Amino acid sequence: MSDQLVKIRDLWLEGRSDETWNPIINGVDLNLKKGEVLGLIGESGAGKSTLGLAAMGFCRDGVRVFKGSVEFDGIDLLNASAAVKRDLLGKRIAYVAQSAAASFNPAHKIIDQHVEGPTQHGVMTKEESEADGMELYRKLRLPNPDEIGFRYPHQVSGGQLQRAMTAMAMACRPDLIIFDEPTTALDVTTQIEVLAAIREIVQEFDTAAIYITHDLAVVAQMADRIKVLLKGDEVETADTRTMLTAPTQEYTKSLWAVRSFERPLKSPVIASAVPVVSVRSVDAAYGKVPVLHDVSFDMHEGRTVAVVGESGSGKSTTARCITGLLPPSAGEILFDGEVMPPSYKRRTKDQLRQVQMIYQMADTALNPRVTVGNIIARPVQFYSGLTGKALRKRVDSLMDQIELPADEYYKRLPSELSGGQKQRIGIARALAAEPKFIICDEVTSALDQLVAEGILRLLARLQDELSLSYMFITHDLATVRAIADEVVVMKEGRVVEQGPKREMFKPPHHPYTDLLLSSVPEMDPDWLTNLLAERGVDNIGDAAVDNM
Amino acid sequence: MGNVLTIILQRLALGVLTLLIVSVVIFVAVNLLPGDFAQLILGQGATEEAVNTIRRDLGLDQPMVARYLTWLGGMLTGDLGSSFAQLNFATNMGGANTVTVLDQILPRLGNTMFLAGVTAVIAVPIAVTLGVLAALYRNTIFDRVANIATLSSISSPEFFMAYVLILVLAVINPIFPSLSNIYDGMALSDRLEKTMLPALTLTLVVTAHMMRMTRASIINLLASPYIEMARLKGMSPMRVIVKHALPNALAPIINVVALNLAYLITGVVVVEVVFVYPGIGQLFVDSVKIRDIPVVQACCLIFAAAYILLNLTADIMSILSNPRLRHPK
Repeated sequence: MSDQLVKIRDLWLEGRSDETWNPIINGVDLNLKKGEVLGLIGESGAGKSTLGLAAMGFCRDGVRVFKGSVEFDGIDLLNASAAVKRDLLGKRIAYVAQSAAASFNPAHKIIDQHVEGPTQHGVMTKEESEADGMELYRKLRLPNPDEIGFRYPHQVSGGQLQRAMTAMAMACRPDLIIFDEPTTALDVTTQIEVLAAIREIVQEFDTAAIYITHDLAVVAQMADRIKVLLKGDEVETADTRTMLTAPTQEYTKSLWAVRSFERPLKSPVIASAVPVVSVRSVDAAYGKVPVLHDVSFDMHEGRTVAVVGESGSGKSTTARCITGLLPPSAGEILFDGEVMPPSYKRRTKDQLRQVQMIYQMADTALNPRVTVGNIIARPVQFYSGLTGKALRKRVDSLMDQIELPADEYYKRLPSELSGGQKQRIGIARALAAEPKFIICDEVTSALDQLVAEGILRLLARLQDELSLSYMFITHDLATVRAIADEVVVMKEGRVVEQGPKREMFKPPHHPYTDLLLSSVPEMDPDWLTNLLAERGVDNIGDAAVDNM
Repeated sequence: MGNVLTIILQRLALGVLTLLIVSVVIFVAVNLLPGDFAQLILGQGATEEAVNTIRRDLGLDQPMVARYLTWLGGMLTGDLGSSFAQLNFATNMGGANTVTVLDQILPRLGNTMFLAGVTAVIAVPIAVTLGVLAALYRNTIFDRVANIATLSSISSPEFFMAYVLILVLAVINPIFPSLSNIYDGMALSDRLEKTMLPALTLTLVVTAHMMRMTRASIINLLASPYIEMARLKGMSPMRVIVKHALPNALAPIINVVALNLAYLITGVVVVEVVFVYPGIGQLFVDSVKIRDIPVVQACCLIFAAAYILLNLTADIMSILSNPRLRHPK
């Protein structure tokens, strides 16, 4: 077969942890034809990135090939010399990383990094490559294509950087590009323009691609074929439409089913009820930069208010105002109808107890040197004064509530837990204070879909048992659909729309809500094509936000 | 650029404030030294009257605060005062022109700066190059040998390194002179030749620190996504280190270089003594011996100023090496 570009046969990869080598990829085969796009999906830890990099003949530090073969266009990459591989990398095989902000060198201008590949590989002169770069920027619909390259990476937004990185990958017109979760770090509206740009340019130059992601709806738009990985094993491979409509394996079916979790609707709030927390005309600023403008909404007992918006819309700042970490410059926060002091320093212990927080990154929110038991025991002791056996009993019952048996987990350190388990400890720590109100700041966005669903179900159960109120900060509308009772949509520090979930997901919407809703990728492989046809290529992403 | 300028001005103001505080510390500390100049010069059998006369002549009978203010005022107008020892000598001989502290210190300071400069020109490029190479060939024989060699040279006492160099480069192979008695009006080439042995000794002393910091700060960055990106673009290992890692590792390197340069100006007494090099360190030690307070104070203040100025320069250069600060959004 002459049009075969990548041929991976029975590849076994191992990773080092402490002094032992553990399997990461177990005997996977992979075929890619010229100009074909293969989607690689699975949860984190499934070995997607490792396999993607192996297709470039590259292993990260601490990863090694146990056996198998990787061929690129007839070249045996695993036995090729470093010089032969260096000649292929960047020139015939390129890579687009997850975070463009971290993968562009902060010390050099974007265009200088763009021309490095073509000039070092001897494909083009500096001038040719610069001109070509600007042409690519234009094709990828970057604003000011002739000028944007002369900026430093930190001067350009995330979505634009991601497109500049795609342009950089295209610089030598490679035969193969590995896209490693290129839109995971982006907002939904920004994600669309990057997806559209990548798809268009890959088609135009007939480039083959391996598209790695954990988002099924995204991969449905991008790939001709999909390969599903689970813990280093291949689950199944099929072309996109077959895979979406008729998955054969149980695991694939369960991935497809995750998005079906939805809480039953609750009866509407009684108009006279006093809200647990009420945000009234709050303005806030970081230094002299105003961030929030006249933000008002109420949160009632036993209910979940989802605060939705893109990064920078002021969701987390509102949370900081409610907790008192950032005293508002105007307006007030009411708890059970009483005004709370603006700064946490002046709040009473009881006021502090009532408002708790669960963080996005459970990894960094837990002290790595303290055992799970002590992490939970500390707030119990602080707020209730329990000691000795009574304290231990309370911690045990909290650990029961989060479904992590105390006798097994009490003495573990955070590093000995999985991501989902860490987030459960974060929840137990918030519950330890016996609060009425908990702020959940993007608590599921760092988790895989199956694990995230488990966390959402746990939060829902706790809410029913303890009549907790949640303020649920998220940018993921699927999560909103699953758990919210009411929705607040924020944009540029203002509330643009609010109301019960049922109304929010039914038209007519505020145009921004509409944009957000219609930007969430759907499992339909024609979704992106239809959306572009409907909106027009110049009215997506940032442009659409600006056009409003 | 506006905010960079503000940061730099802030640092400058802080530097001046630090210097002022240091001047108080120096003045108090020097005045706490046991013994006094008058007593020392007149010997055990001096009458109280004679001692008092000299004390009055030198202003030593004034209260400390008044003396500090006079001294500080003199400093600000560039008048470091007159050396006690020279003053005394001049009056006794009936001479009219007294030798000021400035006259005494300036040539010495010049010599010290010359030695520090020559050393820096040799040591900094060697240290940074060795650091880059050690990072490139990390955990190889080269890396280990470079580390052990520089570590042993920094761990040996300076005078020992000095004598070893004299033995090897002046006695066994007479390449450089072992005495560095330079004087005014010497030709630059002669000066360089005479300065070479002390400069090499100091190079051995300061290289290890700078090299290890260069190596460590580069290796620290090698796990960054942008370094992986450069590798995946097929760039050579040398280019990855020099073009992609080094520019981002500059801030810590600059700071260590500045710290070592400050050491070269203020801490080289032993090497000066071994090579009879007429630097400011020797002058300082001699002045302490005879309680020549104005000279001691002036030397201390110059040392402090050198430290502050070099650290300030390092801060400013670190700021300038950061594109986020040079080109705000």
